[in-house]
Amino acid sequence: MPAMSAPVAFSSPSAAFFAGAKTAVTSVFMLVLAGTYIGIGALTHDFGLSSWWLAISTVLVWAAPAQVILITTVTTGAALFEIALAVTLSAVRLFPMVVALMPVLRGPTTRLRDLLLPTHFTAVSMWVESLRLLPSIAHQCRIPLCNGMSAGYMATAAVFGFVGFYLAAGLPPLLAGGLLFLTPMSFLMSTARNARMMLDKLGLVLGLLIGPLLTILDVNLDLMWTGLIGGTLAYLVHRIREATT
Amino acid sequence: MNPLLMELWPYFLMVLVGYLPNEVWRVFGLVLARGLNEDSQVVVWSRAVATAILAGVIAKLILFSTGALAAIPLSVRVIAAVLGFLVFLGARRSVFAGVLAGEIALLAGGFLFSH
Repeated sequence: MPAMSAPVAFSSPSAAFFAGAKTAVTSVFMLVLAGTYIGIGALTHDFGLSSWWLAISTVLVWAAPAQVILITTVTTGAALFEIALAVTLSAVRLFPMVVALMPVLRGPTTRLRDLLLPTHFTAVSMWVESLRLLPSIAHQCRIPLCNGMSAGYMATAAVFGFVGFYLAAGLPPLLAGGLLFLTPMSFLMSTARNARMMLDKLGLVLGLLIGPLLTILDVNLDLMWTGLIGGTLAYLVHRIREATT
Repeated sequence: MNPLLMELWPYFLMVLVGYLPNEVWRVFGLVLARGLNEDSQVVVWSRAVATAILAGVIAKLILFSTGALAAIPLSVRVIAAVLGFLVFLGARRSVFAGVLAGEIALLAGGFLFSH
């Protein structure tokens, strides 16, 4: 959709919704989501959870990192509060995303309840595309368009979750291993791609090093400590660099 | 435990330790959207913590793999991840190219060296 001087308007909210769904299907995030959720489907199968459990978690949780943490810990007997802590720390990034998105969606007549669905839909894919597309859309069409696009992404993710689950069940072991490899690889590279500042790059590198180290040392709550130690170190380096330049 | 309860237990856990601790940040964002901006120090620090946690999960999935991936030797997994990342950097940060290269390296290495 090209940026135009006059904002693009649709005849009805449902027309805007379907236009949004169409942008989701033709977006580059489609491939990334498909690959990620095929991997998560395979992971779900590997950890002995059901395909419907995954589909419901995709609709309810709608955050691939939190879902991976949940899948890999919930059946292994980890302490419930540790799982909740790891999930909630992985989800902190959603907070600034919602904060940045709301002013774009909110118009003069917007009610709070109109914003509930976009708030739940907020995730990396939808957020990047919303900030790119919505400014050129008429205000009254932005929320339905955003909802349509997000529903498109969510449906894609749910469908490819099933695909990955049943592929992992039926494929020879080597190929099933390849599917499980999709999750860390797509996470690694999409995180690296989003890491523009030194702070994010350092957080990524420190997490990659500290995470396995704490696992080898058999430290309790290893994910929480990985985040707190790696993240705080990265933050301190960032502060010192800012203070000296 | 009652069989029906056993069946529903993973769903209950999903809501309790998955949905709720995840959703709370979205709701906070909606409620506090007028108060904080993206550059405030708490937000910057939380983003670094979140990135490090995600990186920890990534490293654990590659190094301490389970199931079918564990049958592929550790050295093959690490080399494939590094190769995939180098291709990602070389291909103007294309996630698709990087993942594809990593997968090809993993499958080739797994085919040659799996036991």
